[in-house]
Amino acid sequence: MMRSPLRLVPRAAPSQSMLVLAPLLAVALTLLVGLIIFAALGHNPLVAFRVFFIDPVSDINGISELLLKASPLCLIALGLAIGFRANIWNIGAEGQMYLGGIFATGLAIWFHREDNAGGLWWLLPAMIVAGALGGAAWAGITAFLRAHLRTNEILVSLMLTYVADMLVKYLVYGPWQDPQSNNFPFTVSFNDDALFPVLAIWEGLGLDSLMEGTRLNLSILLTIIAVPLAWLFMNRSFLGFQLAVAGQAPAAARYAGFSEKKLVWVALLISGAAAGLAGATEVAGPMGQLNDRWTPGYGFTAIIVASLGRLHAFGIVLAALLMALLYLGGESAQIALQLPKAMSLVFQGMLLMFLLGCDVLVNYRVERRRPLHAAADPATTAPTAEAA
Amino acid sequence: MSDQHSSPPLLRLYKVRKSFPSIVAVDGVDLDVRTGEIHAVLGENGAGKSTLMKMIYGALRPDSGSMAWNGAPVSIGSPGEARALGIAMVFQHFSLFESINVVENMALALPGRFDLKALALRISEVSERYGLSLNPWRAVHELSVGERQRVEIVRCLLQSPRLLIMDEPTSVLTPQAVDQLFDTLRLLAAEGTAIVYISHKLDEIRRLCHRATVLRGGRLIAEVDPRVEPERRLAELMIGRDFPETRRRETEVGELALEVMSLSVPGDGPFGTALKGINLRLRTGEVLGIAGISGNGQAELLAALTGEQPVEEAQSIWLNGLPVGQMSAASRRAMGLAFVPEERLGRGAVPPMSLMENGLLTAHRQGMVRHGLVDTGAASAFAAACIKDFDVRCGGISAPAQSLSGGNLQKYIVGRELRQSPRVMIVAQPTWGVDVAASALIRQQLIDLAAHGVAVLVISEDLGEILETCNQVAVIAGGKLSPVRDVSDTNAQEIGTWMAGLFPDATATGHAPDASTGASPA
Amino acid sequence: MIESLNPLLASALAAAIPLMLAALGELVAERAGVLNLGLEGMMLVGALAAFVAVTHGGGLPGAVIAALLAGALFALIFGFVTLTLQANQVAAGLSLTILGTGLSAFLGRQYVGYRAPDSFAELPIPYLSELPLLGPSLFSMSALGYATLALLGIISWFLYRSRAGLILRCVGESPSVARSLGLPVMAVRYGAVAFGGAMAGLAGCYYAVAQFKMWQEGLTSGNGWIALALVVFATWRPARVGLGALLFGGVSALGLYLQAINVHVSVFALSSLPYLATIIVLVAISSDQNAIRRNAPASLGKPFHAGG
Repeated sequence: MMRSPLRLVPRAAPSQSMLVLAPLLAVALTLLVGLIIFAALGHNPLVAFRVFFIDPVSDINGISELLLKASPLCLIALGLAIGFRANIWNIGAEGQMYLGGIFATGLAIWFHREDNAGGLWWLLPAMIVAGALGGAAWAGITAFLRAHLRTNEILVSLMLTYVADMLVKYLVYGPWQDPQSNNFPFTVSFNDDALFPVLAIWEGLGLDSLMEGTRLNLSILLTIIAVPLAWLFMNRSFLGFQLAVAGQAPAAARYAGFSEKKLVWVALLISGAAAGLAGATEVAGPMGQLNDRWTPGYGFTAIIVASLGRLHAFGIVLAALLMALLYLGGESAQIALQLPKAMSLVFQGMLLMFLLGCDVLVNYRVERRRPLHAAADPATTAPTAEAA
Repeated sequence: MSDQHSSPPLLRLYKVRKSFPSIVAVDGVDLDVRTGEIHAVLGENGAGKSTLMKMIYGALRPDSGSMAWNGAPVSIGSPGEARALGIAMVFQHFSLFESINVVENMALALPGRFDLKALALRISEVSERYGLSLNPWRAVHELSVGERQRVEIVRCLLQSPRLLIMDEPTSVLTPQAVDQLFDTLRLLAAEGTAIVYISHKLDEIRRLCHRATVLRGGRLIAEVDPRVEPERRLAELMIGRDFPETRRRETEVGELALEVMSLSVPGDGPFGTALKGINLRLRTGEVLGIAGISGNGQAELLAALTGEQPVEEAQSIWLNGLPVGQMSAASRRAMGLAFVPEERLGRGAVPPMSLMENGLLTAHRQGMVRHGLVDTGAASAFAAACIKDFDVRCGGISAPAQSLSGGNLQKYIVGRELRQSPRVMIVAQPTWGVDVAASALIRQQLIDLAAHGVAVLVISEDLGEILETCNQVAVIAGGKLSPVRDVSDTNAQEIGTWMAGLFPDATATGHAPDASTGASPA
Repeated sequence: MIESLNPLLASALAAAIPLMLAALGELVAERAGVLNLGLEGMMLVGALAAFVAVTHGGGLPGAVIAALLAGALFALIFGFVTLTLQANQVAAGLSLTILGTGLSAFLGRQYVGYRAPDSFAELPIPYLSELPLLGPSLFSMSALGYATLALLGIISWFLYRSRAGLILRCVGESPSVARSLGLPVMAVRYGAVAFGGAMAGLAGCYYAVAQFKMWQEGLTSGNGWIALALVVFATWRPARVGLGALLFGGVSALGLYLQAINVHVSVFALSSLPYLATIIVLVAISSDQNAIRRNAPASLGKPFHAGG
């Protein structure tokens, strides 16, 4: 059998530096392969690099768009990370996000006024709460089935995402369709009191002039609040500790008497609520309505964000920004270089795959394999000690 | 044993060394094994015996040193190469697949045609010849541990090995089955097979082996004739100083703390053992030992007692006078139950987490959690106190559990449970894989704990440990529990018979539990 | 009345074939202890490879070979990351799906909107296909359909009757025991992963060259995940994979059938039927935890470090 010249030697303890270095290495490898792909497609790699990664954030509008995309990604990923730490694989955040959007939209449509003169101060907060509840309820189905009937949460949460997609389509083609839409699949545009105000109208701090014309809205505050809360929950709360134990050593969690059912519920409800919240911020933010073109797949991308951010609150912030940049880069490359939008997805997949590969360095050292024993060191005569 | 000095030894190891990331497991060891001899490799846990054998068997590669087979230099790159030379090994943890039958298991390890019927015939022949009766068509998961060992041995014998390595073979056998095994080994040796017998049990080695190589801390200490060397001397060679002894203490038996009444539980998983009508009573101040070969229902009994797997009938387990059968592990812990499981890494402790976090794991009720948040200061103080009181050698409270040696981690876990002032303490295999000094310390702590009025239940495979530590003993076999005996009223012979399942039905007493009856034990 | 059900049966079988292919491949991988959640991605890559091959004149054999190779090679990425580099199998499988979805969409963009110049046609078996009841559907499948049923038999035989199959099952039960016996754990697992990928690729080929006869982004629409559920539903037994696939095929076909005969139910509700059926079936099988624990490969999804 052929042996590779390298081998993996387990480390006595996980390498702390590699925990930080592995994601950076994965990003570097992804960039490298990306540049090769650009070159193979006949583009100057450096130009393509600029178009993909620099141009999109070269002005205030670009940065606003970056934050607008990073915010829901970060929110969803924070929720997912809490579950992933416990080895609870909610991969249906996409569907939970749809449900959040649907619940929020329900309120917005119910209190919709043709003259847009509602001025209901409580409508937006209610939509936020409804969004979180919607996401949590959808994830609750998975939680119930996993906790009480031991049904695989990966498959259930994913199947429910397909169902949620159908539900959105049903609503926007059916009962919630805007009567004046000429049969296009979208709802009415929300009233102002059902929308997050954009930061550009804020007159303090000179934001109005700085952010003029940008779409970034107040919902980013929700994310800014969520980050430290998630950190506190994951790193300092006893519940967060229990989730981590359940993830790293399930037998130890049973031994200590941590309730598996409770942890499943907690992890899924939190991640569902976070995804639902993100859904509400989308419909009441950049979308301004509910439609069936809920394109970017934030719920799936957030899985990558959570992994790349090492399931750590602050790591996730950075990973969300990077992933948002990949989205913007994809759009920018589509316009400037006619590269297909799917390029972003390729980058995402590569990034996660490289990350998983590089993670080997956290627990293993790579070592040159020693040559097989030389033939001439008989035990019967004087031995030659072979140094490693 | 006749012409050994004229020809070269069958196997010779010269200055063999193997290191792992944290330790040098084998440090320049020499070993000669001759045809027809039973050669003991003696040493306590962590002395390097298993590592040395794995190198002979090709499962590990030495860092340096050399080996010769029949006088010719040899390098054994894999178990396959070892088998091709004629080396066979019976592992302490069996290399058998549970879901398939005996003959399929053997077919996998043997070269040649895949003809199960022919192989089954050969198995029957070999097993009869060496007194190791076996049914080739039974699924392995239906076999007892002793039967599985027979499968392992017969599988080795089918290859007519010239060297047979036995790694701690008697830990899974009743005393009677040990005698049987020794007869088989003597017959093999008489036929010219060389046998390497790894053990830390001195009496067995003195009874069986012709020579003994003693290892300590990975180094070769001595090569002796165990038949003439006194046991005390062997013990000193093995551990490097006097054998530590535990001090028994007079204890005052108090209230009934734990009572099990007609506990029946289905087996855990497809290959588990069902518990059948278990009865036992444990009072404060008592140390009750449950002996038995593992796989006879210990895992199920522990899961039921600790609440990791609550049982259907609440009234079948009583803790401090309350029926707790359906309660969770957390509620039972809150009622003063503490537990040290046999698997330290992964169950008793979370391997990558720090000792501080591993303290929090079960001791969080000791004021370490406020408003749902962890009080790091309190948790750190607790961990530091455990480390200090129980002499845990480690890199401080932030050292990950997986960085500790087996003995030190066990001391930490025992310490963590003890510091929570339990009323009932359940300990499984307290000294598995722990060195002699730490074992003595842990056993003494269990005895002292009972003297302080705690009810202690010890589940162990090591009969010696039970006889040394406990005042009362029962045996679990096939999911049933034997009657309970006072340790002074029984002996290893009787317990051994019971371990094979041959005991009178325990007289089930269906008294309602009453915590106030301070009656003395039978 | 019976005759009116024929199209229903035929389309149930048509929907079942790719599920069966993908699930059988996954079953073999899982029996070796490797959980590959990347089915959807591997199917898409296989589908595109088959479509490209057939478009560029490779013919149907070319399509099949391209799909098998593309699926297997793509699966080996997963194999390398999880088996050699010890990565978490769940995460790596997800990542394979994302990568496969993106890669196939990216590389396949210029093929969108064209019809396959060649496709698998129905090959009715004389006489048999005229039998009443099942005849017209069961005995007038495409060559790929017959091949799938043959594979079902071959894989059953392989797993339970051959030495190699025994080794594969044992590697899935305990790689450490297998290694101590000198069995080639890594080679078996790599082989099983590649085989799973090839089968998923073939399932993709079926969609692109037999069923839809075209390429489209995400044309597998979640069937890879349904195939995964099928393996659990079948409790890792090939014959039950066959049955389960027919059941799911039936549910999908029912939706289409009801639409066709203008039953007044929302098309979106009908389209979610297969996904809801998957959940219901998973719940049903989960109620028998013992069957799952008895049949699940004991080392499924756990990383194994081969050491030295």
